[in-house]
Amino acid sequence: MSRANGDGSRVRVAPAPLIELRNVTKYYGDVRVLDGVSFALHEGQTKIVLGGSGSGKSTMLKLMMGLETPDSGQVLIEGVDLGRAGERQLMRLRPRIGMVFQESALFDSLSVFENVAFRLSEVGTDEDTIRDRVREVLGFVGLEDAIDKMPAELSGGMKRRVALARALVSRPAVMLYDEPTAGLDPITSRRINELIIRLRDVRGVSGVFVTHRLRDAFTLASEIAVESGGRVRFIREDGTFCLPHTRFVMLRNGRTIFEGPDEVLRRSDDAYIRQFIA
Amino acid sequence: MAGMLPSPKAAVLEVQETALLAFRAFRRAFRKPFYIRDILTQMDHVGVGSLTIIMLTGFFTGAVLTLQSASEMSRFGAVGLTGTLVAVSLVRELGPVLGALMVAGRVGSGMASELGSMIVTEQVNAMRALGTDPIKKLVVPRLLATVSMQPLLTVVACSMGIIGGLAVAVGILRTSPDLYLNSAWNGLDYYDITGGLLVKPVFFGAVVAVVSCRCGMRTEGGTRGVGRSTTQAVVVSSLLILVSDYFLTQLILEYSP
Repeated sequence: MSRANGDGSRVRVAPAPLIELRNVTKYYGDVRVLDGVSFALHEGQTKIVLGGSGSGKSTMLKLMMGLETPDSGQVLIEGVDLGRAGERQLMRLRPRIGMVFQESALFDSLSVFENVAFRLSEVGTDEDTIRDRVREVLGFVGLEDAIDKMPAELSGGMKRRVALARALVSRPAVMLYDEPTAGLDPITSRRINELIIRLRDVRGVSGVFVTHRLRDAFTLASEIAVESGGRVRFIREDGTFCLPHTRFVMLRNGRTIFEGPDEVLRRSDDAYIRQFIA
Repeated sequence: MAGMLPSPKAAVLEVQETALLAFRAFRRAFRKPFYIRDILTQMDHVGVGSLTIIMLTGFFTGAVLTLQSASEMSRFGAVGLTGTLVAVSLVRELGPVLGALMVAGRVGSGMASELGSMIVTEQVNAMRALGTDPIKKLVVPRLLATVSMQPLLTVVACSMGIIGGLAVAVGILRTSPDLYLNSAWNGLDYYDITGGLLVKPVFFGAVVAVVSCRCGMRTEGGTRGVGRSTTQAVVVSSLLILVSDYFLTQLILEYSP
């Protein structure tokens, strides 16, 4: 993005963050879940939000998705204040963000195909395009064979992958993951994490990853996916490179207590963080 | 829900929220997209699905009404008016009210538990995240289906009631079918038909749909919450049907000559 300067030269203006929370406070009843939280996600970044249960992580995601409204402060998507946006603007912004819910939240009365196609058929996309796109995203998560199954016939890990495919079908710029590996065994979790890393590194999708599982968080912060000749390899971070675009945010009782890369998080001497990552 | 009674403030708030939902659903019913397929599915579920219980309800109500009234009427030598009594009670009150109560039990509970489960498994949030308005997609089709099906079901209930009455009148009381049917037909006037077979069922249908959807949508607290919402939907819509029936009747009587 650039802007004409007074003397005719053009100066670069930093683009607005994809998602921004400005001093957001949120109450559920009398409980303050978020207390003046500010947060920004720029294009190409991935932020991992850590925190114990009830620290306000999921609420943060719901605010970003516009599912909840803040009691004070602002939520901005690509510079547009959700509190002031009209229906038309919201319609344009929603497909830019995809969300994977904690327990997948698949529509259990619809088949896998209908679940993944949901967003496209709602906006009246033609049948052929829908078929192609659904096959493409199901192919990405490795579930082309399950296309005609019902959610009840799928395992927990498969459901998560279908949920991922459903969120990806509109080719979002940002993905929000609400504990995508909760309740899964380590091997299935690994598979989900690899998909998320591939999305980040191969497709350039930004992300907000909410979790309380450190193992997943550090996997995400220390591995990259490299595609060569149609094959994807995962390389673990060592002395030779580090991931500059993946950052940690730590919440405690609705406040941000840490923001930075994993190396700094590991060295932190804050008692709560030490206890959390121990 | 410690006991059935909420605090006055919560009760007022709940009435406001329910009215707001009714208003929103009504407004959205006229806006695109129309979700024709969802509406038809719901109509099939509400209408065709309830047919058997509505027929049985109607038949036995008419039958028992005939049995009870004929013995009373014979004391005044007015057995010939049994048809009138049965038809008028059925069309004015029992058909619409019992029909609506049966639908509240069968359909209302289903709506509340289905929407409630969708809430607790975050399917409704997922729907919103995918850019679809849950009121439009979930509430409007259910409202339109009940409002359009309830009058038809009431007609079925009343017809079956008159047939049930006929069966008893002819089979047990040995009156002539012509006498019974003529007296039934002559007893009804225009206002009985519009009031009992149109105004009341449409209103009751809307009550069942709006109350049940609202109960479903406000579900919290997991599977237990779903159970609670289901009970609430049936209790509240049944009560509202009975209370509003009184006022609707008063209104209809005022307008009929």
